[in-house]
Amino acid sequence: MKAPPFQYHRPQTREELGALLARLDNAKILAGGQSLMPMMNLRVIAPDHLIDINRVANLAGIREAVDGIEIGAMTRQADVLASDLVKSRLPLLTRALEHVGHIQTRARGTIGGSCCHLDPSAEQPAMCAALDAEFVVVGPGGRRVIPAGEWFEGLLQSALGEQEFLEVIRFKPWADGHGYGFAEYARRHGDFAIAGAAALLEAGRDGRITLAALLSFGVEAAPKRLSEAERTLIGQHVDSLNIKPVIAAASALDAMEDVHVTADYRRHLAGVLIRRALNEACTTMRRPS
Amino acid sequence: MTEHSVTFTLNGERREARVDPRIHLGDFLRHSLGLTGTHLGCEHGVCGACTVIVNGAPVRSCLMLAVQIDGTVVETVESLGKPGALSPLQQAFATNHGLQCGFCTSGMLMTLEAYLRTTPAPTEQDVRIAISGNICRCTGYEGIVQAALDTASAKASRT
Repeated sequence: MKAPPFQYHRPQTREELGALLARLDNAKILAGGQSLMPMMNLRVIAPDHLIDINRVANLAGIREAVDGIEIGAMTRQADVLASDLVKSRLPLLTRALEHVGHIQTRARGTIGGSCCHLDPSAEQPAMCAALDAEFVVVGPGGRRVIPAGEWFEGLLQSALGEQEFLEVIRFKPWADGHGYGFAEYARRHGDFAIAGAAALLEAGRDGRITLAALLSFGVEAAPKRLSEAERTLIGQHVDSLNIKPVIAAASALDAMEDVHVTADYRRHLAGVLIRRALNEACTTMRRPS
Repeated sequence: MTEHSVTFTLNGERREARVDPRIHLGDFLRHSLGLTGTHLGCEHGVCGACTVIVNGAPVRSCLMLAVQIDGTVVETVESLGKPGALSPLQQAFATNHGLQCGFCTSGMLMTLEAYLRTTPAPTEQDVRIAISGNICRCTGYEGIVQAALDTASAKASRT
């Protein structure tokens, strides 16, 4: 239960970090270490080089930019959870972070680390998918921006290249007063979710839905937007939603089976949780008056 | 593998050491520095027994490398009270039967020590969520939760 030997590197700048990634084989980036360190202690992985990015300048922080909110990859989960800016502009993210781990893991764990590790039940990358976030990565060829729809390549597999690092995650907040809802099922508070769901809604003055996002996570190998079900909500009145197509979509997902639950039970949970998330989104919505 | 030198503050004292990068903070505290108050349970971030405070925040010392504490301020359970002169939180654990075998206790103490500094008046539910990352198999948590609440209210009545 001890990590195998490795060479330790501690770059101070993006340039040093980029040079190390270009030069070293079998290297892993160490951010908060709340997933990587357990995997190393359990000897699931044995990198030859560990590149600790905790001291790289200006990789952490939450900023209001011209067209949205930018969260640096090394921003600790505790800081995202405590941010008033995130709470007011991205309330779904704050709501989800209450379910991420425990105070000790949030003190170290980072939003970028979670989004690169991509555990299927991880709340943060899932909320990035719900919010259509953009991932800004830096590599030998310079910067590129990867939309959330292209970030998830499979189980524990992001679109990040081997010589690239995640720099910042960009969010476009929904309109003031939008509805947001989150639900997950875990055995204990803070444990890995067996399944979860999120919903976002915007409506016009007449109460009719103009914009909707629906997401299931922990069900398939990667978070899954229920795009067709989203379209069925458009134009419906928020007080009398027909949610049958939504529950049907979640219940038809290609659910994983594991030591905890069967695929059938996970599909059942997906339907229950998307209904709860959608109901909460209807409740939290402030209607324009 | 190459050793690295680290300089840090441990329980109020400036320290220097050389560390093998694969050694995690918990092993470093116990084996290199002889501070065996920090206990190691699962060593993969589940049980919370190894919690110490780094730069004011409670962290799992099995998931942080010793080499990473360079330049930080580290607090372990040895920084609380001494036998015969327990800290208020430690005394409240004793009074409320907040420990039995004691294996989880130093992690519980350091988690709650850090938590109560930033949350001086928690509710019972707040305390339960604060210690949700610490497993105790003896007490059923009741005495631990009561100890935290007693410590907070005693401090509030003193100030």
